[in-house]
Amino acid sequence: MQQSIFTVRSNICLAKGVYEMVLGGNGKSVTAPGQFINIKLDGFFLRRPISVCDWSDDSITIIYKVVGKGTEYMAKLEAGAELDVLTGLGNGYDMSKSGETALLIGGGAGVPPLYGLAKRLIAEGKKVKVILGFNTADEVFYEENFKAIGAETYVTTVDGSHGIKGFVTNAFEAAGGYDHTYSCGPEPMLKAVYNASETSGQYSFEERMGCGFGACMGCSCKTKYGNKRICKDGPVLIKEEIIW
Amino acid sequence: MVKTATNLCGIEMSNPVIPASGTFGYGYEFAELYDINCLGTFSFKGTTKDPRFGNPTPRIAECPAGMINAVGLQNPGVEKVISEELPKLAKCFSKPVMANVSGFSVEDYAYTCEKLDKCEQVGWLEVNVSCPNVHGGGMSFGTSPEAAAQVTKAVKAVTTKPVIIKLSPNVTDIVSIAKACEEAGADGISLINTLLGMRIDLKTKKPVIANKMGGFSGSAIFPVAVRMVYQVYEAVNIPIVGMGGVSSAEDVIEMMLAGASAVQVGAANLIDPFVCRDIVNNLPEVMKKYGITDLKEIIGGAH
Repeated sequence: MQQSIFTVRSNICLAKGVYEMVLGGNGKSVTAPGQFINIKLDGFFLRRPISVCDWSDDSITIIYKVVGKGTEYMAKLEAGAELDVLTGLGNGYDMSKSGETALLIGGGAGVPPLYGLAKRLIAEGKKVKVILGFNTADEVFYEENFKAIGAETYVTTVDGSHGIKGFVTNAFEAAGGYDHTYSCGPEPMLKAVYNASETSGQYSFEERMGCGFGACMGCSCKTKYGNKRICKDGPVLIKEEIIW
Repeated sequence: MVKTATNLCGIEMSNPVIPASGTFGYGYEFAELYDINCLGTFSFKGTTKDPRFGNPTPRIAECPAGMINAVGLQNPGVEKVISEELPKLAKCFSKPVMANVSGFSVEDYAYTCEKLDKCEQVGWLEVNVSCPNVHGGGMSFGTSPEAAAQVTKAVKAVTTKPVIIKLSPNVTDIVSIAKACEEAGADGISLINTLLGMRIDLKTKKPVIANKMGGFSGSAIFPVAVRMVYQVYEAVNIPIVGMGGVSSAEDVIEMMLAGASAVQVGAANLIDPFVCRDIVNNLPEVMKKYGITDLKEIIGGAH
């Protein structure tokens, strides 16, 4: 974990209520896709934990959904604004378990961390298939970005207004074979993926956090391998250890 | 050269700054970030006789200038704390540590304290009779002078190290409880634990926290804590550890003026993991600014 000041480079609306923010600063403390950062915002007591979408040595890209006052405040930040950020939080996805073909499944605000993962798996020569699930066409983002890096991309919308109608699991048939899954999204989606997939997999969970770095036990969960802190021992859990 | 040292129940500390229980784990998470030997000491995660998972999540809710937690004393139990956590801590912290203990019966408290009292690393026992987040224990011992005295006596009977009783602010008269603890043999009093609080989510129209209520902490409670430390200082002759919303060197000094011999920092650690180190580093400069040369001399200075 590292604490440092980042400068907002850009902050744009990608889809209904969804923003992409590029932060300039030390990106080297991000060590794995699926990690998150914790941002201090003026006037708010707790930091805001947001998953890392992508990163480079001198930048971190995050995508966040406006769900409350903190993210509303973030949406108003302009280029040049400075933010106190804790980086390198959480375990992230283990890329070594991907096999030759990885199936990445993201739902809504769970899509972003899969982008950084897809990019790095493809760079390692792996085949990447991605299923992105949204409620409706207005909410779809990053479909083109995934395609541009060479991921075989499927989009589902619950109302059928874009891509395959239904939930992410409705695209499993179209996506075909795979060796390992990586998923991130709301818990009902993770559970559906867990039940629909036949391989090993990694699941990124969300929980209300206090500190985000393992000190307060605010986000604990029970697993088959003992109690874990979503912020420090997670957010990524492996399929075998999950207790629903 | 200003003097930042203080003395708590006969143990000399290089400075009065103590990360509060439940915000600092068993220390080693923070030792990855900085050398935690710069701290006066720290109070480790509340430990109970048996292992506890604690409450269901969500356990955290945000508030203006503070937060509510209802963790519910998650800890691996005293045996594992002694066999696993303390040896890990020994590698990164060489000072006496404050052992924070909770229980669900008088016997529980005595059992856990007796075990920890035998650990060389433990300097003080901080007995939490004020956790608002557990049912059938915790705070119920800290809301009556009789029950608090009973726990104090039971712990004192089986221990040799200084026993500090951590009191709840969720009472009508904290002074009478502090006095009862002193009469029962307590070596010190620490206060305040969190204030019982609640938030309701307007979208779900239900409490944010699964436990419904939780302990409110953070800068918002600082004035309440200062007032209670001030009141208790007037009534007892044993040292006080002041806490509640402390987040700066200025707050530490204010707490000491109210009557604290040492000062704990809680919720602030969760926002800024370096805050205790920074407070320790800032203390000399802030002391100079206010014409203070020796911290020991200002304890209770506001009276």
